[in-house]
Amino acid sequence: MKIKTLVAQLPLAVAVAAASTGVSAESLTVVSWGGAYTESQVEAYHKPYTAETGTKIISENYSGGVAEIKAQVEAGNVTWDVIDLEKADVIRACDEGLLVEIDPADLPDGDDGASAVDDFVPGGLEDCGVANIVWAKIVAYDESQFSGNKPSKMVDFFNTKDFPGKRGLKKTPKVNLERALIADGVPGGKVYEVLSTPEGVDRAFAKLEEIKEQVVWWEAGSQPVQLLADGEVSMTTAYNGRIYNAAAVEGKPFTIIWDHQFAELDFFGIVKGTKKLDESMKFLKYATDTKRLADQTNYISYAPARKSSIALVTDKMMPHMATAPENFGNAVPVDHAWWADNQDELNERFNAWLNK
Amino acid sequence: MSTSVPTADNMQVNDPQLKGKLKKAERFLKIRALLLVAPLVLFVLFTFVFPLTEMLYRSIHNPILVDNMPQAAALIREWGQVELPGEDIFSEVGKALVIAREQKTIGRIGNRLNSEHSGMRSLTTKSARKLGKYTGDDYKTYMLGLDKRWGEMETWSAFKVLSSEYTMTHYLAAFDMQYNAKGEIVPQPEDRQIYIDMLLKTLKLSLMVTVFCVILGYPLAYLLSVLPSSKSNLLMILVLLPFWTSLLVRTSAWIVMLQSKGVVNSLLLYLGIISEPLDMMYNQIGTVVAMTHILLPFLILPTYSVMKSISPVYMHAARSLGATPAHAFIKVYFPQSLPGLSAGAILVFILSIGYYITPALVGGRTGQMISNLIAYHMQTSLNWGLGAALAGSLLIVVLVLYGIYNRLVGASQLKLG
Amino acid sequence: MSDINNKYVSFQDVQKTYDGEILVVKGFNLDIGKGEFVTMLGPSGSGKTTCLMMLAGFETPTQGEIFINGTAVNRIAPHKRNIGMMFQNYALFPHMTIAENLAYPLQVRRMGRSEVEEKVKRALDMVELGGFESRRPKQLSGGQQQRVALARALVFEPSLVLMDEPLGALDKQLREQMQYEIKHIHARLGVTVVYVTHDQSEALTMSDRIAVFNNGVVQQLDTPQGLYEKPVNSFVADFIGENNVLHGKIESEENGICSLNVNGEKIKATAVTQAPAGTQVMMSIRPERVVLGSHHEGIDNSFVGSVKECIYHGDHIRVRVSLLGQDQFILKLPNSAATGGVSVGDSVQVAWSSGDARALDIVEY
Repeated sequence: MKIKTLVAQLPLAVAVAAASTGVSAESLTVVSWGGAYTESQVEAYHKPYTAETGTKIISENYSGGVAEIKAQVEAGNVTWDVIDLEKADVIRACDEGLLVEIDPADLPDGDDGASAVDDFVPGGLEDCGVANIVWAKIVAYDESQFSGNKPSKMVDFFNTKDFPGKRGLKKTPKVNLERALIADGVPGGKVYEVLSTPEGVDRAFAKLEEIKEQVVWWEAGSQPVQLLADGEVSMTTAYNGRIYNAAAVEGKPFTIIWDHQFAELDFFGIVKGTKKLDESMKFLKYATDTKRLADQTNYISYAPARKSSIALVTDKMMPHMATAPENFGNAVPVDHAWWADNQDELNERFNAWLNK
Repeated sequence: MSTSVPTADNMQVNDPQLKGKLKKAERFLKIRALLLVAPLVLFVLFTFVFPLTEMLYRSIHNPILVDNMPQAAALIREWGQVELPGEDIFSEVGKALVIAREQKTIGRIGNRLNSEHSGMRSLTTKSARKLGKYTGDDYKTYMLGLDKRWGEMETWSAFKVLSSEYTMTHYLAAFDMQYNAKGEIVPQPEDRQIYIDMLLKTLKLSLMVTVFCVILGYPLAYLLSVLPSSKSNLLMILVLLPFWTSLLVRTSAWIVMLQSKGVVNSLLLYLGIISEPLDMMYNQIGTVVAMTHILLPFLILPTYSVMKSISPVYMHAARSLGATPAHAFIKVYFPQSLPGLSAGAILVFILSIGYYITPALVGGRTGQMISNLIAYHMQTSLNWGLGAALAGSLLIVVLVLYGIYNRLVGASQLKLG
Repeated sequence: MSDINNKYVSFQDVQKTYDGEILVVKGFNLDIGKGEFVTMLGPSGSGKTTCLMMLAGFETPTQGEIFINGTAVNRIAPHKRNIGMMFQNYALFPHMTIAENLAYPLQVRRMGRSEVEEKVKRALDMVELGGFESRRPKQLSGGQQQRVALARALVFEPSLVLMDEPLGALDKQLREQMQYEIKHIHARLGVTVVYVTHDQSEALTMSDRIAVFNNGVVQQLDTPQGLYEKPVNSFVADFIGENNVLHGKIESEENGICSLNVNGEKIKATAVTQAPAGTQVMMSIRPERVVLGSHHEGIDNSFVGSVKECIYHGDHIRVRVSLLGQDQFILKLPNSAATGGVSVGDSVQVAWSSGDARALDIVEY
């Protein structure tokens, strides 16, 4: 098992290659996160694209991270063409030379005539990625577990006295340290400034320490929903789309606290070394135009990354979007550049802290 | 009679070609034997030896600066780490950063430097952008003006660590140590020390799993070995049943059983034995329970197959010689079952040490093991060098433990059946 | 001899079944005197080993009682019976040295160290294996291992020793040598031995008395000579030694000699069977008791047969004759000038005495 873990990375690419041989030239492999999210993409992007061009889209799932792309690129056996990535991973993969650079000038204008550079939300165009959705890392709770007073602020997450129950937190320092500082009284806009000092880091860890024993740590996006559903936790951090789905589709009594949520973007990138570069580019442009991005909101509560698309979102879905004015309020943008500099050290310290 | 009895004389034929003939005859057999094992050897080579060597090589191989800025790397290697480098190094590094930016390698260089010293990624990428416009020839002054971090020894120590093609930095990190600004080996700051703790915890949990497997598995293996085959076959199927189910399903089943609103807690609460749910999941208890269950067959099978080969006649003999059943079991049966038991126990222990999925799913915060950190570096931090060094260290620890076992008991005593 | 000495070991109406349906031992009675060497002989599955295991205490009789030295032992655990035992595959403990193996029964009896050492040495000397103390069983030959097993079964001086096919794993030559060795040690120590084997020649060589088993029933309990010379039924006659068989019907019986009709001819034989006239019986005669020519003394059966095969055996010649419709009739003729002239195809006069021929009940087996 040990050895397997060790070497899994290398044969992986070979295995993936073997599995996908026999794929016809008129096909494209698009990799995303699975579940309701992939389904929304299939409905909004894949199906109409296949209908228009005849190119078959093979939809594969992954659980994030850059490791699998790195393995494919380093082994020179790229089988993924287009991939849906978090912002941090787009930056990292681009740094490592794993993604194709994309010129914003190549992207279509918005329906209202605005150029792509103007039409995408700020930070929506990276060197190697084009944003498709705006989402948020939020705090959600299970109403059935709070009989009287219900939590209403993000800070309540750290208040286990008034709002008892276990807490679900993603097993990473990113965003959690920020939340801890805000709960400790730091204004949202000053979080990264404070975190840049050793005292600020200590302060954040000290705040997390207060709820350490109450925390159930999760890793994949589907886990917090399950933890809430199983009653393992009364409150958890999560991705807003997942909670929306559990509440709207499955009728769970889950509520999102729209306060000091952390706004994030997801991107489409193209794996460097793909044998279908032109086709991948064509798909990427198609999927990120105004109409497609707006159409996706009919299937999931993630907001489109183009301003021109937001205008097309239905009134029914709008209140569930991270970008809705009544939700956006005091949202905090994640500073990925800051994290790129500090993640090695803070991850190590976080892991050490967890273990103690 | 014409047949003669062979004598020493005519037995020893003085044929100088005899040896050659023999070799020829045996060569065919050798080639055939080689061909028979060739597929296996190739398979092992390609799926095991090569990837393993490759990963271990990564734990010391460190070509990022040597490949991407060879001149600068060569100069930094000579730098004494006593005072700030001179203009020669500044200018080489400055020019190299500009080239790296053009060649799109600046991100990789920055990330790698960053894992040695935080902030190096932004320092190198930002400086490279500005240096691209610099036309002067006093790089040192210019760069010191760009960012005060260029004036810090830690910045240059990070360059120094990466300036050689081979480095021990990953192994130092794997044992909670690092190079300081002067190039000396010092312990990591206390709040970042984790790997030795983790290694010890991994050994502790593995030992616990092994002990529980022995306690649960030995009597069961004994029962299996003495039951008539009709019953033991059925029981054996039950033992092997876990093998037919995916690891994830089995682990998830334990989550259902042990979580705070799970089957066990609900039952205990209903019966009024406890008033608060017990924490049995997402901690060390969860890891040990689930792993014991999953690894139990690995203990039972070798133990059972050795026990099966112990003739009941030994127990009869011991009893007839006057030994009580307990004495006969301890002195006669147990020592003979020991090779199987220790093979099983070692198998379980070594599998435990490298276990990954189960601790990841049910270990929560405290039930994590070193493999989870290796996986973290392989999959999330992308610090494959450190991941490889951790795996290498684990390999060394396993070999050392095995060596100790070999000294104490002897590997020839191991038996899988 | 007192009653106890005649009945040092006594099986009294012992039955054994494993599954509640089939009796593997039926109504077994056997008395063994002190110092006697008694063999249970029979084909595999005949119940002899089960009897031995019941005596050792590893099996419990379903019915009946076993006595050792006057004590009922059914409820006494094996380790309290003080019985030495030898097994077919030696059963030496492979993880112990020879000395440790021999010391084991002494240590469980909590003997002092020096006493143990002395007894181990004496036992090893007895089987001529002095100097092998620190070897492991695997390093010894089969014969040596069995001698160690013998020494171990005797080292704690039991008065009863059980041997379960102890020589079965040895080759022929070694087996014969060991037979004499065990016999001599038995004679020297005077222990009571109960021996199990399926090898009739081994049983004949070693035993004072032999119990021949078949189908869970003792067919005959007798001395080796009695078994060979006077088998009581067809099974014993067949199982012990070589045997010529002629099937026929009883016509009449007088003074212990009956007259049989075999293939239309009249044969005289000793009437072992009590069956009335008209019953189908088997006549048995040993090959070496058959002679050529009718001019010998005491001969009262004489028939003409034709020689089918002659095999030269050195000390004797084995002649196969077709006689009275039986073409597997064997003669063992001493290798002398008188018998040299027989050759295949000859018509010969085959004769024997009715005292050597036995009319036996046919036993199903």
